[in-house]
Amino acid sequence: MRALSSKRTRDYLGGILMIALGMAAALRGSAYHMGTLSRMGPGFFPVALGVILALAGLAIAIGARFTRYEGEAQVLPPEWRGWFCICASIVAFVVLGKYGGLLPATFAIVFIAALGDRDNTLMSAAMLALACATVCVVVFWWALQIQFPLFQWG
Amino acid sequence: MHQSLVDLWYGFGVALQPHNLMWSFFGVLVGNLIGVLPGMGALSAISMLLPLTYTMHPVPAFLMLAGIFYGSMYGGAIGAILLNMPSHPPHAVTCLDGYPMTRQGKGGTALGITMIASFFAASFGITVMVFASPLLVAAALKFGPTEIFSIMLLGLLAGGTMARGSPIKGVAMTVIGLLIGVVGTDVNSGTIRFAFGFPELTDRVDLVALALGLFGVADFLRSVNRMHFVGTETKVRLRDMRPSKAELKQAFFPMLRGTLIGTLFGAMPGTGPTITTFIAYAFERRISKTPERFGQGALEGVASPEAASHSKTQVDFIPTMSLGIPGDAVMALLLGALMIQGINPGPQLISEHADLFWGLIASFWVGNVLLLLLNVPLIGLWVKVLQVPYRLMFPCALFFIAVGVYSTNNSLFEVNEVLVFGIAGAIIMALDFPIAPILLGYVLGPLVEENFRRALLLSRGNLGVFFERPISLGFMTLCILLVAAQIFFAIRAARRKRRDTRDTGYRAASEAVPLHNE
Repeated sequence: MRALSSKRTRDYLGGILMIALGMAAALRGSAYHMGTLSRMGPGFFPVALGVILALAGLAIAIGARFTRYEGEAQVLPPEWRGWFCICASIVAFVVLGKYGGLLPATFAIVFIAALGDRDNTLMSAAMLALACATVCVVVFWWALQIQFPLFQWG
Repeated sequence: MHQSLVDLWYGFGVALQPHNLMWSFFGVLVGNLIGVLPGMGALSAISMLLPLTYTMHPVPAFLMLAGIFYGSMYGGAIGAILLNMPSHPPHAVTCLDGYPMTRQGKGGTALGITMIASFFAASFGITVMVFASPLLVAAALKFGPTEIFSIMLLGLLAGGTMARGSPIKGVAMTVIGLLIGVVGTDVNSGTIRFAFGFPELTDRVDLVALALGLFGVADFLRSVNRMHFVGTETKVRLRDMRPSKAELKQAFFPMLRGTLIGTLFGAMPGTGPTITTFIAYAFERRISKTPERFGQGALEGVASPEAASHSKTQVDFIPTMSLGIPGDAVMALLLGALMIQGINPGPQLISEHADLFWGLIASFWVGNVLLLLLNVPLIGLWVKVLQVPYRLMFPCALFFIAVGVYSTNNSLFEVNEVLVFGIAGAIIMALDFPIAPILLGYVLGPLVEENFRRALLLSRGNLGVFFERPISLGFMTLCILLVAAQIFFAIRAARRKRRDTRDTGYRAASEAVPLHNE
């Protein structure tokens, strides 16, 4: 992560990422029928875009080589706890929503996400989740008639 | 013109009938409230309330839906500025300067300016509509696929290069947006592209999921444990919520320019409010004497795009209803609602359903007045929301996002999309790439491809057709000028920096401004 503190490295990485994405898109796109200019097949546009993206990535990477970088940007330490909790909360929403219903899903997403913040205690996260669950029932389920059962069994 | 005035008077008569007025007000209110909720935008609101309209007469039904539409635009601006969450793609641009203003404690001012700009622009747009509709329709009919492609290319380039920092990165992001737009079923051949085996993806990536993932979730990932309050920690006084005289003056000309841009683009088919806001922002930044302020809380960056968006929306109803070409997803929904009622969009709509058309136009103005009255006292309330600590706000916002995205299509898969785009957005932002152009590319992707294909089909493979037709040539020239200007400014800045470093001999590393700053 310390390597990311250099702007130059970030630009190199960005350029390489773009090149990779561009080539992947072009490769995948060429599997579809390309056709000619006057009769374009489904593959034409994706391939063209992929090539443009790869070229742009190349330009970014080359630019990184020649640009004068001055001053170091502030780089913050990674927040693994926060990141994990936010991602897990969304996954929990989807899984519980499918197998448990809207209410458990709501509780889960708020509770788990709140735990991602170091200033939240288990208690405050649970209270927040309960409050959101109430709002959910009143606003979304009752008033807006959202198509999502509150509870479902499996 | 005289006829238009008479029709407008008639329209006011229709719009101000108590029954219609009531539905209009209902729509505006619901739209405003839903627009503020992160995760919900005009799309969700209109889809949820559409079934209500099946049993209503077309006029009040449409007035309500239209009310929801621009009510949610007002609400969406609130969400974009205060919470960096655009529920509607045009508001993505408002986030760029609106949210930094909120971080500096000037969220109330941004909101106030937005409302004034919106009202002004909407009024202007309505006036233009009234007087210029026949002209606009005639001009719009001259637009073939060649012209539409050229103007979209211009919009994409302008949108991509306006991002702070390296324009080439902005272009790369625009292309990524275009590629994301390719995901789905190809209209012409039925081939399923880039779906990776997921049946849900055959219907394209969901717009709301993309927007909220990139702007909402990605921002949470970047801010968790690093931010304590969305606003500043100082107490916000009532006086801070009204824009000051100086700020009003600062915003006046951008507002005017934004309105003109919106009106100009309003009549052109194929351009939605999204592309108009990007162009307005890029233009404002280009002519500003202090472009580095953009992205950090420049008032002009909020006033101009919002004005453009609102005037564009008003004027856009003409080609939408008279040509049947919707400018963006919400317009498409509204068109669909019209067709369900048995009213077919086309040149005959204005004459056959005069009460609907002119009543609609009159109701815009009435609705805008209502919104202004509703929202001005409420600015204080919205700003109070910011006093809530971030650690409590982001989980709730996540919840709203999840439910909002789910409710657009009753699909949990799309909530997964939010997560994917959130992570992707966070990585991209960490590498100093701008994310707003992705949304622009996505919205325009299919249209760009469609028109490019058609243009080349008609010209039998001749790429020169874009330069042979006069209107298209004009836009392509602008594109070339834009690219040339970028290169010119870049070379000049690099040369100036080399000269400065040489002249002053030693320069403290922290004082120099890097060429590719974020």
